[in-house]
Amino acid sequence: MRHGRYPFIVGFLAAPVILYVVFVISPYVQAFYIALTNWKGISANPQFVGLENFSRLLDDEVFWAAVRHHGLLLLVMPLVTIVIALFFSFLLNLSGGQRGGQMTGIWGSKVYRVIFFMPQVLAVAIVGVLFQTIYRPDETGVINGLLGKVGIDPVGWLIEPDLALWAIMGVVVWQAVGFYVVLFSAGMSSIPKDVFEAAALDGAGRFTLFFKITLPLLWDTMQVAWVYLGIAAFDCFALVQVLSVDRGGPDNSTTVLPLEIWRTAFNFSKFGYASAMGVALFFMTITFAALTLRVTRRERIEF
Amino acid sequence: MAAETAYKPATRSGAMHGRPKRRKNPLGAFGALSHVALLIWAILIIGPILWTFLASFKTNAEIFGDPITLPASLGWDAWGRAWEKAHIGQYMINTVFVVVCSTAATMLLGSMAAYVLARYAFPGNRAIYFLFVSGMTFPVFLALVPLFFVVKNLGLIDTHLGVILVYTAYSLPFTVFFLSAFFKTLPTSVAEAAMMDGCSHTRTFFQIMVPMARPGLVSITIFNVLGQWNQYLLPIVLLSGNVENKWLITQGIANISTSAGYEADWPGLFAALSMTIIPVMIIYIIFQRQIQSGLTSGAVK
Repeated sequence: MRHGRYPFIVGFLAAPVILYVVFVISPYVQAFYIALTNWKGISANPQFVGLENFSRLLDDEVFWAAVRHHGLLLLVMPLVTIVIALFFSFLLNLSGGQRGGQMTGIWGSKVYRVIFFMPQVLAVAIVGVLFQTIYRPDETGVINGLLGKVGIDPVGWLIEPDLALWAIMGVVVWQAVGFYVVLFSAGMSSIPKDVFEAAALDGAGRFTLFFKITLPLLWDTMQVAWVYLGIAAFDCFALVQVLSVDRGGPDNSTTVLPLEIWRTAFNFSKFGYASAMGVALFFMTITFAALTLRVTRRERIEF
Repeated sequence: MAAETAYKPATRSGAMHGRPKRRKNPLGAFGALSHVALLIWAILIIGPILWTFLASFKTNAEIFGDPITLPASLGWDAWGRAWEKAHIGQYMINTVFVVVCSTAATMLLGSMAAYVLARYAFPGNRAIYFLFVSGMTFPVFLALVPLFFVVKNLGLIDTHLGVILVYTAYSLPFTVFFLSAFFKTLPTSVAEAAMMDGCSHTRTFFQIMVPMARPGLVSITIFNVLGQWNQYLLPIVLLSGNVENKWLITQGIANISTSAGYEADWPGLFAALSMTIIPVMIIYIIFQRQIQSGLTSGAVK
């Protein structure tokens, strides 16, 4: 049984591990070092400057603007997405009352689920291009054209600094809701039917069913959803890069850290500084995930 | 069970059925409101996609006129222009080539690594497993600068091979994580019997374990294909030189959207958009069940 065991293990692991170490692990490790240098891509030996990049980051207005945007995204986007998705998945799975002792969804729930999930399979960059035309600031934009029909003046969705980030957030929610509807639906269908039956027999209404039974039993899934959406709130690169006016504009009112990293590195060749931003982004993401998992810890409900 | 899978629109009304109703008709005010909410969201999803498709048949004047009109004539010349002049055809072929290669490599290498890590105890097993899984927690933007130089130093910048290797490497963490959990759940008896009959480790894996793991492999393949097909950051970093003929589809579309304004060929842009959206939509509608479970399975423990 044991003959050829180690050659086999080594043979099977060699290629994936080498590939992974070269392209994934080594860049991550190098990033922490490059972040401590003033490398601009010209000199072969970057100079070690310690924490200088990070102290410069603290005085960098654009960096703080990007951090503020992530903060806003983090507060608003997961909440809105989860609330809408919960509402829809409840309607689609549990609001049809009972049939043959089964909780059923609303009429046509299958078709709705297919439609809602659709944006998930589209590339974010493509969605960005699509929404450029929808948000166009004069009456040729789809939304403004519709508003014009009821006599409202065109709104500069993406060219108003106060509106642009919200418009982009709308696209994120538009794309994300369907995914979480499907995710929550899977969670809801795994809740034993007799729980609902017993509650319904005891005279629980729809709202009691939702708040007292569905929500507590879906807690785990919601926690996962929250972490996913939070991590997504630290990204938004493709959407902002494609959709916003002059990449993060107007006036840096929509910029996000990934976009700044990309720009600092590949437009301005400040590789050390860009890596320092990357390190900052990494610590924010990790902190968020760890905090979320700690704060939302609860007793697991076994069913 | 059957009630879940069969699509029975008529049972909802209750009026058509002779059997006594055992509950209040759910279509009260709440039911009506829910339908309105669901319909609005469905229109918000379908609307933009449908509008794009229609706009590809319009003229510039029609596009910039009333947004809610049908095109005057169904001409496909914008589609031809997008395919030929805007190189959408080229970008498509490039993307298909890259994604097929990198998904195949991801599946092969990922399943091999996952199988060994899940089924064989050896010193360092846990360490290698955590090395792979830790890759899921790092944002790719952290690695962006060094990654560019790693690929550059290997002479692979602006080549499809470079993109394929990078895609594969970055798809490995989740693939290994998902598949090793999957291989752990498979029964060991079949593999053991095969080994008793003198089957080698390698043959056991390819002829017995892989077919047994098919459902898991299908899910994760879908996950990887979609993820790599929709990738935008890596192509614009790795194919950033003067190599437009090597561009991938997301890159091409994003670029056309900026140049469409200069060339005033909006129908061409919408034709290009439709061309990239519609095949994906058709595939999605055919495989919607597998795609939905494939994409969401990662989020469920």
